[in-house]
Amino acid sequence: MGDSTRSHNSLVAIRGLSFARGDKKIFQDVSLYIERGKITAIMGPSGTGKTTLLKIIGGQLAPAKGSVMVDGKNVQRLRRAELFNLRKRIGMLFQSGALLTDMSVYDNVAFPLREHTRLPESMIRSLVLMKLQAVGLRGARSLMPNELSGGMARRVALARAIALDPMMIMYDEPFTGQDPISKGVLVHLIKSLNVTLGLTTIIVSHDVVETAHIADYIYVISDGKIIGEGTPEEIKHSTSPWVQQFMEGSADGPVHFHYPAKEFQNDLLATGKRY
Amino acid sequence: MDFFQHLGKETRGGFTKLGRGTFFLFYTLKGLFSIVVRPRLLLNQMYSVGVLSCLIIAISGLFVGMVLGLQGYYILSDFGAEETLGLMVAASLVRELGPVVSALLFAGRAGSALTAEIGLMKATEQLSGMEMMAVDPIKRIITPRFVAGFLSMPLLVGLFSAIGVLGGQMVGSGMLGVDEGAYWSQMQANIDFYDDIVNGFIKSLVFGFIVSWIALFEGYDTVPTSEGVSRATTRTVVNSAFSILGLDFILTALMFGDD
Repeated sequence: MGDSTRSHNSLVAIRGLSFARGDKKIFQDVSLYIERGKITAIMGPSGTGKTTLLKIIGGQLAPAKGSVMVDGKNVQRLRRAELFNLRKRIGMLFQSGALLTDMSVYDNVAFPLREHTRLPESMIRSLVLMKLQAVGLRGARSLMPNELSGGMARRVALARAIALDPMMIMYDEPFTGQDPISKGVLVHLIKSLNVTLGLTTIIVSHDVVETAHIADYIYVISDGKIIGEGTPEEIKHSTSPWVQQFMEGSADGPVHFHYPAKEFQNDLLATGKRY
Repeated sequence: MDFFQHLGKETRGGFTKLGRGTFFLFYTLKGLFSIVVRPRLLLNQMYSVGVLSCLIIAISGLFVGMVLGLQGYYILSDFGAEETLGLMVAASLVRELGPVVSALLFAGRAGSALTAEIGLMKATEQLSGMEMMAVDPIKRIITPRFVAGFLSMPLLVGLFSAIGVLGGQMVGSGMLGVDEGAYWSQMQANIDFYDDIVNGFIKSLVFGFIVSWIALFEGYDTVPTSEGVSRATTRTVVNSAFSILGLDFILTALMFGDD
């Protein structure tokens, strides 16, 4: 699919994005488009700034160069109140779940509703139970976050993220540290929520199999640049050795197994040094 | 050269932090209106910051008062002035020990808890998560805690001093035989409402302000790791102690300087 078609139907359009932390360049001239109603995955090894990208889309970090448009609005130019209004329409699932630890599961899901609406408690109750039912945790409503397993915590966070019926939801490494069953549950949930609620979904992940299974379009990022993009099928057959190494998880390839070091033999023979 | 470089870096770091702290305070105070709209947020915090500190304050106040009773009696009795024990105990407590010791205890009990709580909320992305849910964490989390600390401090100081006076009386009249009527009447006749009680009250407000500010800012500014939170908690207690003692000197000089 050409860039022009994708940019035409995109909910999020990032053009010419550059971002640096101190001297370290995280992104250099990155452009990507998130299509409405689709699941777009952003993949790449740890430390390539995938979470940073989500924070830039959500307006928590400002890029050094380039523009980020979400639903036709330039995120960086928005006033604080406008940015908050936009965020009400974006759900985000943090890697840790980021549940408020002093509140029960029920209160966590009710939190955005109580903060942003004037709904009566009876209606909030119905909404919270509906959202918890969608993630299969209606029975766990009275538990506290420290009583939940990692997978359950993420599902509660997911229920909270969809509490305000957002137009878009961003997942930050949803599968990391999950057992196979939780992974399967999450994969199923992400897909079904996307379809039933008509959401636009962004998944940031390095779990190749799960992500490729549900994504409609994939961007692969490394060293601050997009090194591959396309449908899962196209990515699978990519000729780029880098993309191949990433998708297959080979230990050596364009990304070396060894951290740069001097010759092994010389290093062993260098006596009298502490390191 | 290294020394000067280090000194320069530290000084600059200190000033930038002060700047960040000032902005933080500004935004915290800007959120005051949110408490007027939702007083429940403040009440919950008054409970965890203030009410839960009552026990440690009361017990410490009792012991400090008892020690003052003992020490005061031994000194005063040398001059045959043990009748003024009540005055001595009350003046020491209301003017100095009440505000200062309560504030130090408050920094150790509530201040460190606030820093650790906010620091861990930051480390576990709860603050970031709130921002993404379009909820301002300063308004929702920081401001209620700040106001709770500021308002709890004078009340805790009052409790500390009152129990201290009772402790002094228990030891003085109960154990050492100072006339009970003299204990109370000397106090009543010589403790001045404005000079002593109001000045002590002002001190407690200043200490409440400074300890809450330091504790919340250290938590909010923490490096989001376990080591970062632990360091921030230590800094809260140390910096609060310095600020309390330093400010106490300045305030005392200003309040009682022209006597």
